[in-house]
Amino acid sequence: MTERRSRGLLRLAPPLTLGLMAAPVLAGVAGTALPALRDGAAAFATLAQWPGLPRAAALSLGTGLAATALSLLLTILILAAFAGTPTFARIRRMIAPLLSVPHAAAALGLAFLIAPSGWIARALSPWLTGWDQPPNLLILNDPYGLSLTLGLIAKELPFLLLMALAALPQIDADRRLTAAATLGYGRIAGFCLTTLPALYAQLRLPVYAVLAYGMTVVDMAMILGPSLPPTLSTQIVLWMAEASLMQRDTAAAAALLQLALVLAALGCWRLMEMAARRALVALAFHGQRRTRLDRPAATLALTATVVTAGSLTLGLAGLALWSFAGLWQFPNALPTGLTLRTWMTAWPSLTATLTTTLAIATLATLAALALTLACLQAEAQLRLTPTSRALTLLYLPLLVPQVAFLPGLQVLAFSTGIEGTAAAVAASHLIFVLPYVFLSLAGPFRAWDNRIAISAATLGASPTRIFWRLRLPMLLAPVLTAAAVGLSVSVGQYLPTLLIGGGRIETLTTEAVALSSGGNRRLIGAYAMLQLALPAMAFGAALALPALLWRNRRAMRGLA
Amino acid sequence: MHRRDALRLLAAFPALAGWSTKALAAEWDNTLTEARGQTVYWHAWGGDPKINDFITWVGEKAQERYGVTLEHVKLASTADAVARVLAEQQAGQTTGGAVDLIWINGENFAAMKAQGLLHGPFAEALPNWPLVDITGKPATVTDFTLPTEGFESPWAMAQLVFEYDTARLQNPPQTLAALAEWSAANPGRFTYPQPPDYLGTTFLKQVLYGVMENPALLQSPVDEAAYDAQTAPLWAFLDALHPTLWREAKAFPQNEPALGQLLADAEVDIAFAFNPGRASAEIAAGTLPDTVRTFVLQGGTIGNASFVAIPFNAAHQAGAKVIGNLLLDPEVQARAQDPAILGFQTVLNIPALPAADRARFDALDLGIATLSPADLGPVLLEPHASWMTRIAQDWASRYGVAQ
Repeated sequence: MTERRSRGLLRLAPPLTLGLMAAPVLAGVAGTALPALRDGAAAFATLAQWPGLPRAAALSLGTGLAATALSLLLTILILAAFAGTPTFARIRRMIAPLLSVPHAAAALGLAFLIAPSGWIARALSPWLTGWDQPPNLLILNDPYGLSLTLGLIAKELPFLLLMALAALPQIDADRRLTAAATLGYGRIAGFCLTTLPALYAQLRLPVYAVLAYGMTVVDMAMILGPSLPPTLSTQIVLWMAEASLMQRDTAAAAALLQLALVLAALGCWRLMEMAARRALVALAFHGQRRTRLDRPAATLALTATVVTAGSLTLGLAGLALWSFAGLWQFPNALPTGLTLRTWMTAWPSLTATLTTTLAIATLATLAALALTLACLQAEAQLRLTPTSRALTLLYLPLLVPQVAFLPGLQVLAFSTGIEGTAAAVAASHLIFVLPYVFLSLAGPFRAWDNRIAISAATLGASPTRIFWRLRLPMLLAPVLTAAAVGLSVSVGQYLPTLLIGGGRIETLTTEAVALSSGGNRRLIGAYAMLQLALPAMAFGAALALPALLWRNRRAMRGLA
Repeated sequence: MHRRDALRLLAAFPALAGWSTKALAAEWDNTLTEARGQTVYWHAWGGDPKINDFITWVGEKAQERYGVTLEHVKLASTADAVARVLAEQQAGQTTGGAVDLIWINGENFAAMKAQGLLHGPFAEALPNWPLVDITGKPATVTDFTLPTEGFESPWAMAQLVFEYDTARLQNPPQTLAALAEWSAANPGRFTYPQPPDYLGTTFLKQVLYGVMENPALLQSPVDEAAYDAQTAPLWAFLDALHPTLWREAKAFPQNEPALGQLLADAEVDIAFAFNPGRASAEIAAGTLPDTVRTFVLQGGTIGNASFVAIPFNAAHQAGAKVIGNLLLDPEVQARAQDPAILGFQTVLNIPALPAADRARFDALDLGIATLSPADLGPVLLEPHASWMTRIAQDWASRYGVAQ
């Protein structure tokens, strides 16, 4: 390819990518809005008659806002209490594995842990609790969505931490913290006054994505959330599954309402941001050092970390054990016998599903990597500056609720005849994979030392050659990490797979969620294990490959 | 020509009748030829691994005998498949549809048949159709009071049975009133799946049978004018029962396996299933203790048949018919009845089978927890499908929004 042609293609990459992100979302919302608005918006009247509506809407708002606020608070607390300490290095290493746990698997693990017949109750019974039978307590599927909120926090905390970690170097956090410390500020106060404002500016979009996601999540809400009524998004999916087309219109109307709710919540969040900003400025003027906050805050942060990581790990370990369990009755803390029966009977369908999942994830991830690299290279080579509007567009698929645009997209896919094909599912995954791949690769790519490129150019290397022979090999570690992130995002997708796949494309996640309603913990355990294994292997490869290939190039082995 | 005239004509010309049998056989040969190499997408509820494994096995048989590949599309709800066919019809897709075969009955069948979404009639032309016990098991041709007219082919019989663990409960209640009393005395130890789940709604219908003044009315469509008065005893029964249920009725299990898991976890003492062999099958699979037994209520429990139907636009109708016929094969039926496999009741007329096939059923060990056909008691017919829809709707508005 000539240098000129490659420049021309590169110039196209950013608009093409942004178009790929925005077009399906906008078309999908339009496709959802049409059925909701026909017949004089009769669907809204039907929706208004549903007695569960106020509660379902309140649940969506409540769980979303609570989970976001608590996740953000804990993120800030952990960063403030531990940034730069050895504890922080340990927390940092846990983030990627925790982040790679698909939402459904995390929810299933948590469900088994905290249920009245779950592992915690079994471990403490009957010797401590006196329970010979599981207590009649409404812990799972509680009407206030507390279990759901807890599950969301366990998944969103690692995400926000990762985003914050990427942002900290860009805002020169170390020097800010040192300055605060030399002025005698406590860790918490110093962090909040000097670093938080700049950090939050970088963290704002991820936080909005967490809020939008938390309000509209379906798979986690089906497993952990209430059912009388369920959250609004879950009810939308239930309506869409019903035989009569009437309910599909109701679902479309509810999806628009859900979109409005998310926008309202974002607006509400924006107001809270402003209030918090004022409070912070006022605090700064008082100049109080608040050193006594540090110890309780550190304890709290550590507890939160241990509880979050511990509940995820224990829940998943419990599921793993279930997949090998024979009879396992309450209150036995361990199964009476171990057996390979579940794995042996399920193996043929497991491997088929695994292959589909992997193929779709690979396709989506490769496409996302190619687009991301093209965008970043265009930015570097053509000296483009990414605008904040472009960044918002990139976030669009994460900000607009999935239930608001996927139904419309399904109709579109349906009328073009591509619905139900693995390629269409992979394309729908790309919409969600690309933002994550971009976010995780952009930092390291931009941080690459450009003087190497200048040296190569003075030796006569073309920009294309520099990219393929220098930049890409040197960035192998972050590229592989981004690929692993992309893979785990694709593996975890529930709604796009279900809707665009038309029920014919089965992935580990759709299978696990379909099984979760049946409560067969052994089989759920087996599916959840494989759901975990894929991202784990990808992250393992992202660590091992650079270390192996660059064993004689210490600086190129990546973060590890 | 009226149908009866046609029959008379056939009777008058035995040769003609013989020709028609021959024609049927030739047509079936055509179907088999057309089906070879096809991939049939069977949309069937996928929440139970035992059923999934059985369908996989049927697929192996279909491949082996007829060269038909069977793909099980695992549904969370049968309505998903119905909605899909409906969407295809609305989009004008009259051929090459995605759904070839649906596991169906009741309201879904009624809806599809009413909207012209089904291919057929086909069932009564299947070679194995004469083996079906349509007189002894009228539910094989009457689906929720709606005559099937060959638009769906039966493959399993089911009946509501209650399950309990003798290690925790010795004398289970035998009537609805006794069940309510027992639940009041043992709060939190009984529940039912949340309607509109199939099993949950079946429980409501069972209660209707028990509390309605004239249960015969259930065989006709809902009469809106009289509905409130007729169902008042049902809601009164539930109002009294709910505070005594598992989680005080603030949460419900979502379906049959979830209810079964509650029994396995000792969260409840009495569960129920729409499958007399489920408990034995679960014991055989090691997921329920071998102290679990089953019982039925005095006066009988609701029973019905499971069917397969072919959508009007199915891409592989020949293959779908081959699967429908294979499901009626005595070997397949006997395997489905084996409690170690599924424990479903057969739709076939066993005494009328050839000796070798009869032996397959005689050889079955029905399992430690399965009642004998005599002990299963009378089968109550499914109410008209409109009852199911109506009471599920009402249930949702009464109890679907927890206090």
